[in-house]
Amino acid sequence: MTRDPGRQPERTRLAWRRTGLTMTVVAGLALRLALTGGVTGAVLAAAVVLLWAGALVALWGRAAGRGPLGVDTRSLPSVALATAGVALLSVPLVLRGVW
Amino acid sequence: MPDVKRIIGTVREVIRRWFDPSEVKRVGTTPDYRFSLANERTFLAWLRTGLALIAGGLAAAQFLPPLPLRHLREAIAVALLLLGATVAIRAVNHWTRTERAIRLGEELPVSRFPAVLALLVALGALLLLGAVLVKGLGGR
Repeated sequence: MTRDPGRQPERTRLAWRRTGLTMTVVAGLALRLALTGGVTGAVLAAAVVLLWAGALVALWGRAAGRGPLGVDTRSLPSVALATAGVALLSVPLVLRGVW
Repeated sequence: MPDVKRIIGTVREVIRRWFDPSEVKRVGTTPDYRFSLANERTFLAWLRTGLALIAGGLAAAQFLPPLPLRHLREAIAVALLLLGATVAIRAVNHWTRTERAIRLGEELPVSRFPAVLALLVALGALLLLGAVLVKGLGGR
């Protein structure tokens, strides 16, 4: 008898991979916006790249299915904070054209 | 200013709880790992919802033509970015609270957040629809 016919660990791994891919697309969009805008844009672009790289490092182990299951991880808050960080860095990039 | 100090203290406490799994593990009993994984996938689904809102904001800023109302495009973009950031932060907080409830065998935390988010997105869509109609009818 299969103990877990729902294949929960595999589904969770795939969910992490989807999230990593989405994160990459969003970081790409933010970079595209940042790289049109001079020195400030370049600094913000570097920060976006750092956050994206940090998020990927944080989620890599979960996406590969390594490490313990359950709450024994800092990956979740790290990736969430990186996401919020990319959003907040993008706000001045959007408002740049207003002033 | 004791109030500001207290608020900063609370915020630090909450963030510490997100990053410190031993805090959650101290209460209750370890559940069937499938419940924890389901909770984790729910978090990831919320995170992707937040990422989609952020992507929408970034796309609006870069690919929308200027709208009839001055700076409406930028306002929509910033609103989507802030909404996305809120969704991401709320996702990790809700994950911690849910994990705690599962361990203690309590009711799962209830929240008005999904309803509020749905209303905000619907209102934003109607606003944009109005702007598009105004532009289409009065643009010539």
